[in-house]
Amino acid sequence: MSERRIVVVTAGLGTPSSSRLLADRLSIAVTAGLEERGVRSSVETFELREYARDLVDRLTTGFPSQRLDAMLADVGAADGLIVVSPIFSTSYSGLFKLFIDVLDTEALESMPVLIGANAGTARHSLAIDYAIRPLFAYLHADAVPTGVFAASSDWGDSGGDAVRPLQERIDRAAGELARAIALRDPRPSAIDPFDPAAFGDGRLMGDLLGGAGGR
Amino acid sequence: MMQFGIFSVGDVTMDPTTGRTPTENERIKAMVAIALKAEEVGLDVFAAGEHHNPPFVPSSPTTMLGYIAARTEKIVLSTSTTLITTNDPVKIAEDFSMLQHLADGRVDVMMGRGNTGPVYPWFGKDIRQGVELALENYNLLHRLWREDYVDWQGRFRTPLQGFQSTPRPLDDTPPFVWHGSIRTPEIAEQAAFYGDGFFANNIFWPKEHFMRLIGLYRQRFEHYGHGRAEQAIVGLGGQAFMRKNSQDAVAEFRPYFDNAPVYGHGPSLEDFMRQTPLTVGSPQEVIDRYAAMRDHFGDYQRQLFLMDHAGLPLKTVLEQIDILGEEVVPVLRRELAVNRPDSVPDAPTHAARVAAAVESETGVLGASAVEAAHV
Repeated sequence: MSERRIVVVTAGLGTPSSSRLLADRLSIAVTAGLEERGVRSSVETFELREYARDLVDRLTTGFPSQRLDAMLADVGAADGLIVVSPIFSTSYSGLFKLFIDVLDTEALESMPVLIGANAGTARHSLAIDYAIRPLFAYLHADAVPTGVFAASSDWGDSGGDAVRPLQERIDRAAGELARAIALRDPRPSAIDPFDPAAFGDGRLMGDLLGGAGGR
Repeated sequence: MMQFGIFSVGDVTMDPTTGRTPTENERIKAMVAIALKAEEVGLDVFAAGEHHNPPFVPSSPTTMLGYIAARTEKIVLSTSTTLITTNDPVKIAEDFSMLQHLADGRVDVMMGRGNTGPVYPWFGKDIRQGVELALENYNLLHRLWREDYVDWQGRFRTPLQGFQSTPRPLDDTPPFVWHGSIRTPEIAEQAAFYGDGFFANNIFWPKEHFMRLIGLYRQRFEHYGHGRAEQAIVGLGGQAFMRKNSQDAVAEFRPYFDNAPVYGHGPSLEDFMRQTPLTVGSPQEVIDRYAAMRDHFGDYQRQLFLMDHAGLPLKTVLEQIDILGEEVVPVLRRELAVNRPDSVPDAPTHAARVAAAVESETGVLGASAVEAAHV
């Protein structure tokens, strides 16, 4: 079976960040989950802080960035996407939303997505479901049911969730994403809209005008 | 061979170095002065944009171009762009035919969709149907200029039965049409389908994108049997600011760049110069940059420069057009003529189009008759 591409996008601001830490744990678990199903996979991780200027330029002035375009192309071509945002003021971070806002509205259609988030305390944990999940519903992505929230205390051995520790939640969510990826055919590569050879079907002048051209 | 000219957006912008904003009246008169200067220094084309919201003044392009036509002799008057989505194609057909007659054929037109969301509802349209509007409206416009009586029914306009737009195009030869686009493959396809020109407004984005967009247009032009790919009619945008010394040009232009509409307060001048055709420096640097354009896009027909935006004072803009017309364009004309294959068409003009039409009808070379009629 062909190799699947997992793309990880994290919106952590520090280096290293708790978001990245969680993202790495999630991608390792998803890779392992796919391996158990006999599916090979590769992982590519993007830190949005490295694209902050490009994102702002894109949104404020429309100025393109080839590195941002390359990143967005990789995201759109992924077989599965893992996203992690810190929770600020009850919601995803501004940097994370910049990324969502530059996505083509069809880029994530029916793509399996695992949502992760982190914050100082577990009192923010529902932000995944009331703030982040609707973004992926809007984009018609297929977010797996389990989101993984990591509070600062989850990274220590005391004060975290002792009944359902972080790793257990990671494994559950990663299993769901691995299953969703494995059940799907590899994501077909995007059609280059500027490739004359690929130009056809529904985009030829006759199709474009259709009955609407008037006679 | 090639045409060089100016295209103006017509923004009313504060001069960031003085804090002064021109009045609408000053800006409109400045656009006319710029067009006259363009003719004076030997440029070939002046094109004006169309907008229906401040801070832009040119809402009535054919009124402005008609006035300029009366005060000029040679320069071709064009648009950048004419909104094919929200204007009635019947009115476009009539306005530009009228302008053609008044200007003795010195008219062509560039179609664009317009990217200001509210303009669509202001004119009773929906931006989500922008491409469909451009296709249907142009299809009707194309027929109105070529068929004496048109029966037509479409989705976006009230039907027509036996309609004749008036006046008929000068010499039964419609204005040449450019289709302007920044990123829409469907518009490249449309231009190719009709064998019209394609103007890639490349002033905000890197060349790699436009190489693909123009490449698509050229391939589709060949596909539809209008000629070989290298014979497709391509126009490009450009942007320059020049002083004798590069450093002086950069120092003078930077405050205008930093505060410009669209890209101000975004990327640095240096980033923007690297990624787009904007060239701020000596005339020689501008020559070098634009002489190399055909290496990326193939030999092309029209090069337009945006010179009068971001609050630059009229005096400065006129100086810039002097430099462009006297020091830059003559050299570019020479350099771009070198190794230009004979098979690559010249930029379209009314006289040449009339001659070609006569030739194809009668088999007789018709150029001299047209010269006699309009020169």
